[in-house]
Amino acid sequence: MRFVENAIGRPVPLEVPGFGAVIPYGGPFCRLGEEVPRVSPPMRGYPARRDKVTHDVEEAIRRSGLESGMTVSFHHHLRNGDAVLCRVLEACERLGIRDLTLAPSSLTDAHEEVSGFVRRGVVRMIHTSGVRGEVGKAISRGELEVPVVIHSHGGRARAIEEGSIRIDVAFLGAPKCDRMGNFTGMLGRSACGSLGYAQQDARYARHVVAVTDDLSEDPLGVVSVPQYLVDQVLVVDSLGDPQKIATGAARITRNPVDLKIARDAFRLILASGLMEDGVSFQVGAGGASLAVARYVREHMSAKGIRGSFGCGGVTGYMAQMLEEGLFRVLYDVQSFDASVTGSMLRNRNHVEIDQSWYANPLNRGCVVNHLDVVVLAALEVDVDFNVNVLTGHDGVLRGASGGHCDTAAGSKLSVVVLPSFRGGVPSIRERVGCVVTPGETVDAIVTERGVCVNPRCGELAESARRMGLCVKDIRELKEEVERLTGVPREVEEDRSRVVALVEYRDGSVIDTVFRVDC
Amino acid sequence: MRPVRSMLYVPGNSPGMLQHCATFGADSVLLDLEDAVALSEKDAARDLVCEMLKVLDFGSVVVTVRVNGADTEFFQEDLRAVVPLRPHAVRIPKCSSPEDVILADRLMGRIEEEHGLPVGSVRIHAMLETARGVVNALEIGRSSPRVEALTLGGQDLTADMGVSKTRESWELFVARSQVALAARSLGLQALDTVWADVDDHQGLYEEARRVVGLGFTGKAAIHPSQIEWIHRAFVPELSEVERARRIVDAACRAHAEGKGVVSVDGRMVDAPVVRRAENTLRLWEMGEVEGL
Repeated sequence: MRFVENAIGRPVPLEVPGFGAVIPYGGPFCRLGEEVPRVSPPMRGYPARRDKVTHDVEEAIRRSGLESGMTVSFHHHLRNGDAVLCRVLEACERLGIRDLTLAPSSLTDAHEEVSGFVRRGVVRMIHTSGVRGEVGKAISRGELEVPVVIHSHGGRARAIEEGSIRIDVAFLGAPKCDRMGNFTGMLGRSACGSLGYAQQDARYARHVVAVTDDLSEDPLGVVSVPQYLVDQVLVVDSLGDPQKIATGAARITRNPVDLKIARDAFRLILASGLMEDGVSFQVGAGGASLAVARYVREHMSAKGIRGSFGCGGVTGYMAQMLEEGLFRVLYDVQSFDASVTGSMLRNRNHVEIDQSWYANPLNRGCVVNHLDVVVLAALEVDVDFNVNVLTGHDGVLRGASGGHCDTAAGSKLSVVVLPSFRGGVPSIRERVGCVVTPGETVDAIVTERGVCVNPRCGELAESARRMGLCVKDIRELKEEVERLTGVPREVEEDRSRVVALVEYRDGSVIDTVFRVDC
Repeated sequence: MRPVRSMLYVPGNSPGMLQHCATFGADSVLLDLEDAVALSEKDAARDLVCEMLKVLDFGSVVVTVRVNGADTEFFQEDLRAVVPLRPHAVRIPKCSSPEDVILADRLMGRIEEEHGLPVGSVRIHAMLETARGVVNALEIGRSSPRVEALTLGGQDLTADMGVSKTRESWELFVARSQVALAARSLGLQALDTVWADVDDHQGLYEEARRVVGLGFTGKAAIHPSQIEWIHRAFVPELSEVERARRIVDAACRAHAEGKGVVSVDGRMVDAPVVRRAENTLRLWEMGEVEGL
């Protein structure tokens, strides 16, 4: 395999068997202005009053025309409780279907069995935002013949619309579905909130199967995916583990280190001057990232600031801020906890948006491109502000690209929050194990031991100092931390074996993940 | 030395807390070998704290170590291990009489001599947490030039008094006044006890405002989230700041003009008032920097 260095010096193969030619990353905005053809799914005439409902998964698969070598997609809105993906793959295996390309919006802890489907040849290739647990280890060990392709959320929407992911059959968990195929995630015993990823797949898949455990005999008035996109309704006993689907509201951390980081990140946002009426804002779902929302909320309430929109994966905390009038609108592509569901039902300004609307860099204007501030977590960063949210310090795949690089590129201010070390391993490296978000789109790194501002944003560093923040050169902070932790040994990678290609949001490859022993 | 408004207690047996304790914004940290550490972990905690003192960079954060009391088998060993590492001070718990301080002072002096350190370089914070200790506050405060602060231990004191600690803490009013008076009369810091409910920041803030009003110079924190609220309590009112500015400006002008008398708003002000005004401005600036 021949490699070249891309624009940030990461090795990228020129061509990968089973994947094809690779475009090396050339910069965050290389494809702006490019006109790209959009694929569209076929139309198909069905007789009037056709009964779409089936109770047999194998029958649904047969009717879909799914064959070996095709591409199947799923969404991960059912979080760690999802049983749809694995039940469908089991049925495919029983039917002798093999060599599938699996293209879920992401893989979660509920999908550990996927490693078995890989070993048994049911799955040959994977496109996903993230991989964890056993699946991550199996891929990292090189058990998948074709490298997994990691997409950001916006990158996946683009890939589907461009046709680099061509979904043959989408099996979409539908918490409440009527007999005509209209379905929503806001109702039903497995309610999960937004179905933003499902909406994307439903529009572009050749065949769509709504999988529900709550069939409504009456037509639904609340619809996320309309009937005209749905070929079949598959009724099953359960979509998964309701405890893990309907997770409780994400709570603000009590970890003092995370709170310290969050407070400093908030003060950095203040220093940027963006925290004014009309501000738009996104935070992550946990730890220091979510905790920033607490300080933002207090500040906005105290100062009478009203933001324009919040977006992203949405937590109950952000929904509460909408209720309090701190934002005019909340754009929700994915609901992180069950408390969000009620908000979306009640509040017209809590808007369910699809994956493309959220972050596709090549559509005619996605939400993240209008963000003022985003606060993002990370596994590690390097001295060039490149961010890794995908591989652990051992080189094993155990994270997700998510909307990280999309929001960093689209926002005016992107702040990455992380502790300076975890479990004795420093988080600031000379070179991260894997780049997901390029440093040129990251404005600042906030740790408990100091704030590092990207030299590209010189004025921000000065404003942060005036705010009383402890601003440090990133190399100095790295050395300070290494005095405590030592310098970790480099991970031993097998450079002859590519196990994952990390796509940037525009479809170019920003980094390559190699095989490691694990 | 800049004002020490907050002292964060850090359990001496918690590496996770110790490694981060200097980053939370407290003016000082108190590495605790006493109440926070179980009997079975005393040796390990001492070793850990000593290693952390050697390795960690505390920057401008004042470091104090609370050793075990003189009535325990750990007291001398704690001092022998800690003093050579030159923390800013050691906190001596349960000081009930001047003899308790004198004992520590002599032992610390010998340790400093053995290690070639200037005698008296490590200061003493005397912790008053018995009724007898509070009554003897003045004598304890002047029992050694090492004593830099008198600190009130409210939990043990209320137990010793046989009374309950209330949210309003009126039962500590006299003791607090006594400790603050003694400390101020000797030019020492007066450090207040902890607020135990880590979720009740408003209660902490109100109590901290009260003790600031009594003359305390600092207050202990048992969780990093309390630091901000303690610091808020030390932020002076705007009217105080404006008056302090006038006093300090007048003092500067008087100094420049070689005048010994400072006059503000038509009234004479003396040196202690000028010092207090300077302290008020420092506290204001510290609050400003912290965004409080």
